[in-house]
Amino acid sequence: MSTHLGMPTVRPMPAHAPDEPLRWGQPFPAAAHDTLRDTQLRANLRTATRTIRDKRLAVTAELPDWEDLRDAGAGIKASAMAALPELLEQLEVSVQARGGQVHWARDAAEANRIVTGIVQATGAREVVKVKSMVTQEIGLNEHLAAAGIQATETDLAELIVQLAGDMPSHILVPAIHRNREQIREIFDARMGDAPDGLTSDPAALAAAARAHLRARFLRAEVAVSGANFAIAQTGTIGVVESEGNGRMCLTLPRTLITVMGIEKVLPRFEDLEVFLQLLPRSSTGERMNPYTSTWTGVTPGDGPQEFHLVLLDNGRTRALADEIGRTALHCIRCSACLNVCPVYERTGGHAYGSVYPGPIGAILTPQLLGVGETGVLDPHDPAASLPFASSLCGACYDACPVKIDIPTALVHLRDRVQHPPGRRARPTVWSVALGFVALSMRSRRTFRWAGRIVTVLSWVLPRRVRRLPFPGSLWTASRDLPPLPRQTFRDWWSAR
Amino acid sequence: MRIALFTTCLVDAVFPQAAQATVRLLERLGHTIEVPAGQACCGQMHVNSGFQAQAVPIVRNHVRTFAPVLEGEWDAIVGPSGSCVGAARHQQAMVARRGGDEKLAGLADAVAARTYELSQLLVDVLGLTDVGAWFPHAVTYHPTCHSMRMLRVGDRPTRLLRAVADLELRDLPEADSCCGFGGTFALKNSETSGAMVTDKARNIVSTGAPFVTAGDWSCLMNISGALDRQNTGVRALHLAEILASTRDDPWDPDPGLGGAARVGARTGAR
Ligand code: SF4
Repeated sequence: MSTHLGMPTVRPMPAHAPDEPLRWGQPFPAAAHDTLRDTQLRANLRTATRTIRDKRLAVTAELPDWEDLRDAGAGIKASAMAALPELLEQLEVSVQARGGQVHWARDAAEANRIVTGIVQATGAREVVKVKSMVTQEIGLNEHLAAAGIQATETDLAELIVQLAGDMPSHILVPAIHRNREQIREIFDARMGDAPDGLTSDPAALAAAARAHLRARFLRAEVAVSGANFAIAQTGTIGVVESEGNGRMCLTLPRTLITVMGIEKVLPRFEDLEVFLQLLPRSSTGERMNPYTSTWTGVTPGDGPQEFHLVLLDNGRTRALADEIGRTALHCIRCSACLNVCPVYERTGGHAYGSVYPGPIGAILTPQLLGVGETGVLDPHDPAASLPFASSLCGACYDACPVKIDIPTALVHLRDRVQHPPGRRARPTVWSVALGFVALSMRSRRTFRWAGRIVTVLSWVLPRRVRRLPFPGSLWTASRDLPPLPRQTFRDWWSAR
Repeated sequence: MRIALFTTCLVDAVFPQAAQATVRLLERLGHTIEVPAGQACCGQMHVNSGFQAQAVPIVRNHVRTFAPVLEGEWDAIVGPSGSCVGAARHQQAMVARRGGDEKLAGLADAVAARTYELSQLLVDVLGLTDVGAWFPHAVTYHPTCHSMRMLRVGDRPTRLLRAVADLELRDLPEADSCCGFGGTFALKNSETSGAMVTDKARNIVSTGAPFVTAGDWSCLMNISGALDRQNTGVRALHLAEILASTRDDPWDPDPGLGGAARVGARTGAR
């Protein structure tokens, strides 16, 4: 029996989802202030990220051509992004030729309206959902709920998050912040048909979810999915998953609606050869994911008889315009960068205040929102704090199957946040301090003065400095100041 | 060889012992060291904090100072810092290009190609793993992120350490996990950084080694700050300080004195 202090595990229903799924909560440092103290979260993440890291390393190391695959993945993505308008039009034609309907959505509101309209036209009051990041990004479930349509997440972890009235904290394992006792409580409280005496045994929990979902699969008229890939050449859409719930959603209902970010398009069918190797090994650490579903338009008499593809922009063309930032659009959402990130491992996903957490979230979220791009930059915008939420250790870049240079993109976005084009940046404590330091570091003459200041301080300060006033307190909160030398190196050298 | 020392600003002003040790080590190995007087900083701090335009003059100063390497003034440039050499190799040209100075960018790349992190210089350029050092202590080694992932120094530092007489190298658990420094990250995200360095300190203490070493004083400043704060009694020192230490001229543990005084004291004792 576990004891819970502080926040109740199960949040009040109905789920209070944030109005902005890409920007909720506080700036990163303030949000991390809270999550760092969540001992349960820290323990869960520690175990989970380590396990998945080791698995990923084992299955990527066994492929002799892993680095070549990464290069191929990066190359295909870069060329797809360079030809994005043409590929999307080709995709539209291919999908229509196979009996599918294609809708274009500029933003979240438009996508939500389109999906709601399609569901309403079928007369259905409920939909089953395949796990998808993009429908989280647009807050589709809440929008459907407002129109009286109930959406049921069918991925186990996503179901847990939905029942708890929670937000996802990982792009692959959205309930990574929960342990099994918490999941038992959530099922017990929120899943109407949870069996009596439900235990926290994983098999029992999975069986309960299975029974709960099966009833919904069998009666659902409409399913909503995202897409891992869409092939422009053939109009084929693909979803990879582990549980088989996706396969149910993609085959049983009469109507299938797929919402996909426009960056998911790939030119040719054979490109899948590369990505179907990269994705499972990077994400779950498996050689192959258990279920890969592909479909092309409508097949009469087999599977959904009505297929809608919603192509979502929602800030993606804006990101595409940024020469360095656009690499974020190459992401295949494997989550490897989250699993290896030392910051994510400690703060958890909720600290990022976006459905896209971790290193990829830190470069994608601000770009989707246009942070630092237009004239208006609110220094208190939580999304503007995201590019700074990294020690630039580079573990993400090494892990990324499509070689997104996340550290370089972070540094670039930091610049954009500090210097939004067409606007004079308001001086901050950082810009003033760094401006001063920059002056001292551009020549030997000025730098000599900086050295002098340090040596003077070495006489003034005690040998052990444990506490400094703000902003030095940010350093001394967990560290002593180093004892300062009586003489700089260059003075020692010239006296030698 | 004639080798130019890229001191790096932090080492010059705050941790001169690393540069002094680099000089002692390379001179002992028979090389001539020069310290180009014009140098100041590589610009990394500004670039990483979102001030690339302000970094351009800093980069220009750095590149101009070390450009004579291209005319054969020196055979190589060495820096006792993985992140600063990483900045020279992977940032400076980008910053110059973004600032619209293509010529500077080209020059930066050419100079960077002759710039080596200490362990790379020793192993790749000088072909050494045993530098004749003596350090009779147990030591654990932290591979700094930029040396590991930007410069790919790999096992060069540990090969050098294993060849040091009487040194016992102890494996550091979770060695490849970042210490949490990250320049201004340590201040802007002070608490997250603190959580990271706390874990690093815990892993270092778990080895039981009284010394932790690395090839970069910026990370070591963070790590030793936490080790000191927690009164662990573990001492941080730069890889160069270990490699410079010999039976005849052993490492001087007195942290209280400045460079000249320390060197003077040692010379006096001899
Ligand atoms: S950025 Fe790379 S590592 Fe991170 S989720 Fe996307 S594809 Fe995976």
